[in-house]
Amino acid sequence: MSNIWDIIIVGGGPGGLSAAMYGARSKLRTLLIEKAKPGGQAASTQDMENYPGFAKGTTGPALMQAFADHATSFGAEIMRNEVVSIDAAQKIVYCKDGSQYQGHTIILSPGAIPRTLGVRGEQALRGKGVSYCATCDADFFTDLDIVVLGNGDAAIEESHYLTKFANSVTIVVIHDEGVLDAAPMLQERAFKNPKINFIWNSTIQEIKGDGIVEGVVLRNIKTNETTELETNGVFIYIGTIPLTDFVKGQVNLDSRGYIITDERMETSAEGVFAAGDARVTYLRQVVTAAADGAVAAVAAEKYIIEEEGFAESVLHESRPVAVAFWTPMIPKCIEIMPVIETAIAAYGTQAKLWKLDTYRNQRVAKRYGVVQQPTVLFFHQGEVVNRLGEDEITPAAIKGILDSIL
Amino acid sequence: MFEVHKDNFDQEVLQAPGLVVVDFWGPKCEKCLALMPDFERLAEQYGDKAKFCKLDTSGNRRLAIAQKVMGLPVIAFYKGGEKIAELGPSECTAQGIEAKILELI
Repeated sequence: MSNIWDIIIVGGGPGGLSAAMYGARSKLRTLLIEKAKPGGQAASTQDMENYPGFAKGTTGPALMQAFADHATSFGAEIMRNEVVSIDAAQKIVYCKDGSQYQGHTIILSPGAIPRTLGVRGEQALRGKGVSYCATCDADFFTDLDIVVLGNGDAAIEESHYLTKFANSVTIVVIHDEGVLDAAPMLQERAFKNPKINFIWNSTIQEIKGDGIVEGVVLRNIKTNETTELETNGVFIYIGTIPLTDFVKGQVNLDSRGYIITDERMETSAEGVFAAGDARVTYLRQVVTAAADGAVAAVAAEKYIIEEEGFAESVLHESRPVAVAFWTPMIPKCIEIMPVIETAIAAYGTQAKLWKLDTYRNQRVAKRYGVVQQPTVLFFHQGEVVNRLGEDEITPAAIKGILDSIL
Repeated sequence: MFEVHKDNFDQEVLQAPGLVVVDFWGPKCEKCLALMPDFERLAEQYGDKAKFCKLDTSGNRRLAIAQKVMGLPVIAFYKGGEKIAELGPSECTAQGIEAKILELI
């Protein structure tokens, strides 16, 4: 068996695990590399209420375990390792321990991590009352008072979860009174929760404590006034940053570091795809990451079939090959095909015809600048040596080109 | 590996001779669970040079808070009844822990 994997997936969150399941189910040799336990950020969300079909009774970790089991049941291999860089052209991933793996395609699903606020005390008191993971740390705050910074879905959802433990949860919101970025359903629930209080138009300027969090300095962004608030814990939910440093320069990223893809999840590098939270996308949820993974895996499969077929039949062929770009949807293509077939057949085993349906294989057509069908491209030793456009395809023209090559 | 808890922490950690390494973990902390195999491997590798313990904070919340642990995972290093070093949630990696062990033994 060749050492080259069909698909190498970097990152084992819902996007990567879904891609692994789709890839393996299509009988592709699929390797998923994850630096920790599979599940990604979804594994640190205890209350998982918005994955379709699982209204109650599942948790983030349980759902992610099911994703991983599903992928491995079809034969995907999950390896624990950390990818530190990739070569997009050669489709090689390099790991921290010095090992490297090559694939026909790569799917990047490295995910994102919580953004830090960058204020005094935040780093020093991490694990001492400053947290980014309610599921991990909520227990410690049983009957204590805590502050949550942020007002998006994650902030409001996790605040609600924290009220199951804490005595009180004070949410610090940068917007005017009553304005939250979270979904209306989450807002409504938070406003009704007697353990939740809000402080508006404010942010955290400093986190104070001697070895353990004792309080925060709040700043009102309208008046610039600062006030101190005693608290035992600070949970920060102010968005995420994508873990894409290791692919910089290999695939195009936007100004914030998210991977840019087309609707097939393909990045700026051919055969390198992306899925999940690290991608430029409108919504970052388990279900959208999983959907990305499915699209990426199917696009990767198609890429392999197209590229391998073309490379074997055309690029690595020693005889001249006439590649007829056609599509059965255009009548002219159907009409002209027998003409091309007869002209090439006259050369017996000296030349070869390869038909390429542009509807099925747009990638190769695009690469060679074929915009009209029918078009015939003449390949010899992997290079295009001549071409005939729609109105130029005649037996004499084909003969002239083949004779000149032979 | 020693399982330590509120009733034996004094004896097994604070009063133990030499270096004691304590893995503060919790059953709901995925990062802790992911780290566990690495910690167990290090415990085997360096078991003759230091004592390795794990502490499930879910049943020992007060003890953890008394040790100023309010977030997971934390790997804490004790010697002579004192905490001499600690790796917090952002520093807990297999390499980081091993480097710290080598520094302290």
